[in-house]
Parts: sequence; C-alpha cells; structure tokens
Amino acid sequence: MAKDQKKLEYVLRIADNALILGQRLSEWCGHGPVLEEDIALSNISLDYFGQASHLLKYAAEIEEAGNDEDHLAFHRDDTEFRNLLMVELPNGDYAFTIARQFFFSVWYQLFLEGLLKSQDEFLRGFAEKSLKEVKYHVQHASDWVIRMGDGTEESRRRIIQAFADLADFIPECFTTDELDLYAIQHGWGPDASHLKESWQKNVAAVCTEAGLEMPAEGWGQRGGKIGKHTEYLGFILAEMQYLQRAHPGAKW
Amino acid sequence: MKGKDRPGEEEVLQWLSEVSDPEIPALNVVEMGIVRNVKWNGDVVEVTITPTYSGCPAMRTIEEDIGEVLREKFLDKYTVITSLSPAWTTDWMTDDAREKLVKEGIAPPQKGSADKGLLMGKLRDVKCPRCGSFDTMMVSQFGSTACKSLYKCNQCLEPFDYFKCI
Repeated sequence: MAKDQKKLEYVLRIADNALILGQRLSEWCGHGPVLEEDIALSNISLDYFGQASHLLKYAAEIEEAGNDEDHLAFHRDDTEFRNLLMVELPNGDYAFTIARQFFFSVWYQLFLEGLLKSQDEFLRGFAEKSLKEVKYHVQHASDWVIRMGDGTEESRRRIIQAFADLADFIPECFTTDELDLYAIQHGWGPDASHLKESWQKNVAAVCTEAGLEMPAEGWGQRGGKIGKHTEYLGFILAEMQYLQRAHPGAKW
Repeated sequence: MKGKDRPGEEEVLQWLSEVSDPEIPALNVVEMGIVRNVKWNGDVVEVTITPTYSGCPAMRTIEEDIGEVLREKFLDKYTVITSLSPAWTTDWMTDDAREKLVKEGIAPPQKGSADKGLLMGKLRDVKCPRCGSFDTMMVSQFGSTACKSLYKCNQCLEPFDYFKCI
C-alpha cells in the first residue's frame, strides 16, 4: 500500500484511460481506411501514450515502491487497471472507433478543464499541457461524426449503430464513487457528475450538424474504475505487456 | 566545478544551441523553445526542458544529446529536468527558427498561440512555403510528426507540412 493510496488510485484512473485508449488506437496503424486517417489515429495514440507516461511516472513517485512508469504500464494485471470500460472495447469498424473518440474526447476535454483548477500542482500542469492536444482530438472526431452522419446511407447506418453500441458505456464517465468524492473534497479534480450537462450540450451541437439523434441514455455498464473489466482488457494487456513480461526490464 | 571556473548560465545555453531537434534537424532545441532554463544548483548544472507534445518521441534523444554536449565541455555533473508547466507553445519559437522552417519547406506556425480559428472549424490562411501562395488547403490535421498538419498548395500543387499552433 502506498502512503497516499487514494491519490495513487486517482492518478491511475486518469492515466489508464490514456494508456488503454492509446493502445487501442495504435491497432489502426497500418489498417486505417485512408493514409491520412492512419496517420491521424497514430498521432492521437502517441499523444495518449505521452500523457499516460507523464501520469504513470507521477503515480510511481506517489507509490514510493521503487517502480517507474514502465513498470506500472507493463507489470500490472487487469484487475489493477482503473480505466473506463469504454476505452477497452474493441475498435469495431471505423464508425465505432470515431464515435468512441468523439464521446470520450468531449468528456476528457471537460475533465481536463476541471483539472486546471486542481490543488495538485502536477495535475494542473498535466491538464494545461494535455488540453492543447485533446482539443485537436475533439475537432478530428467531430468532423468525422458529421461526415458520417451527413454522408452516405452506409456511413450513416454505421455511425447510428456505433452510437447505439456505445450508449451503455457513456454513463460510467459521469459516475462518482467514494474515491471520487474524496478527490473532489481535496480539490484534486472536478466532479464528473457535473460534467454531464456540458457534455450533452457539446455532443448535441455536433449531432445537430450531423443530423443524428443523441445517444440513448444507457443503463450504464460500469466497473472499470474499480478494476472490474470486460473480457477484452486481458487481451489488450497480453499484447501490450508481452515483451516486458517475457524479458523484464528489456531496453533498446 | 566551482567559482569563477564554471561557465555562466548564458554560456551553457549557447552550447546547447548545438543540439538539433532530431525531427527537424535544421532547428536547434534552444530556438525551438524546448530548453526552458539553465541553472546552477550548487555544483550541478540543471537544464529544464519541456516537450512540444506529451508523446514527442524525440525527448529522450534530446535529453541524451544535451548530456553529450555538457560532457564534451567537461560538465559531468548535470541533471535534465522535464517540466510540463508552463506548457510549450509555438509562440516560443524564435523568428530565426520560423525562417529556417520555411527554408525546410515547412510552413511556420502563425503567432497568437492556439489555432482558435481552426479549433472552431475555420481554417487559417497558410502560406505555401514553396511558391508563397495563400491558396492552400488542409488535407489532414495530423501529419508526419505530432507537431505538424498536412497541407496542399492549390497553386503549385505541392503537398507541404504546416507546423500547427498549440
């Protein structure tokens, strides 16, 4: 147990979203529908990895167990990950990947804006840096949602399906449990439940332009924030962690 | 190194301008605004650097290259600190650096921090570094490196990189 276990868990929640979604997006590298999108998703993935690396380094300092960021990325088991379930879902088709980018990055931007007021100096600096990148991600995903919604019959059918498939995974973004409340009380970060209104407003603006309905209010699949994951996370980790598990500490 | 033997902070900064940006070798890390500060802390020289983008893969190489330059000058006691705040902005690039970019065929970032127009969905007028025309279009917000967008010139029909504002 770290001296400040709560802070450690809180930082991991932010870091693991970036790490796992970065890993997911990297799967598109070499498989994108067009070269520009291949490059775009790889770049966004790189932004996430950078963010995860800075946060995990900070988490390792809080943990005081002599670990570094690589150890936290490559030597934790699935139940020790704290990401939202949404980010670990398989990429699906391009519409699904884009819909998830859209829902997640709109939420992430609002979360980071809240984090700008954190009492924690590191988290404040992290938010300031990352926001600049995430704004570009939001713009990229929004453009594509509009293009697909207002595109061909096929693209429209697919983006509508993606919205439906993701609906159950949206509510988890706005949940606050005991740890979140502790974090809010200590001024570490924003109250996620308060982000919902702005999120709906921002999503609705793009949906209107795309001629799409808002995603339905799903019943809310949850558990990622406390380490209860879907069956997909283990497979991500198997691929992501393989080399460091087989050859611990390998460097090149 | 102590007292009057040791080089001043300005001098060290001057040495560091030998370190080039691995992704844009025509530019050095000082004019890019990546090196933020050089300070003596006792007999240790502390160099503070900041990443252009969180995931910039060049950071580790830059750190090593800085170490190499310092060791060549017999400064063995040094630390390179990475700081995220204040966050790097394209406004920190010097005018010299902007001119060098154009010579490399890269359209420099426009001044005035973040591309607010772009983020609001409006495109800025970006000048083609090859023929100077403003009749250009963005092909993709994401280009060959994290810090660049891909553009095309409608006049000379050549593609080019635009260093995007953050």
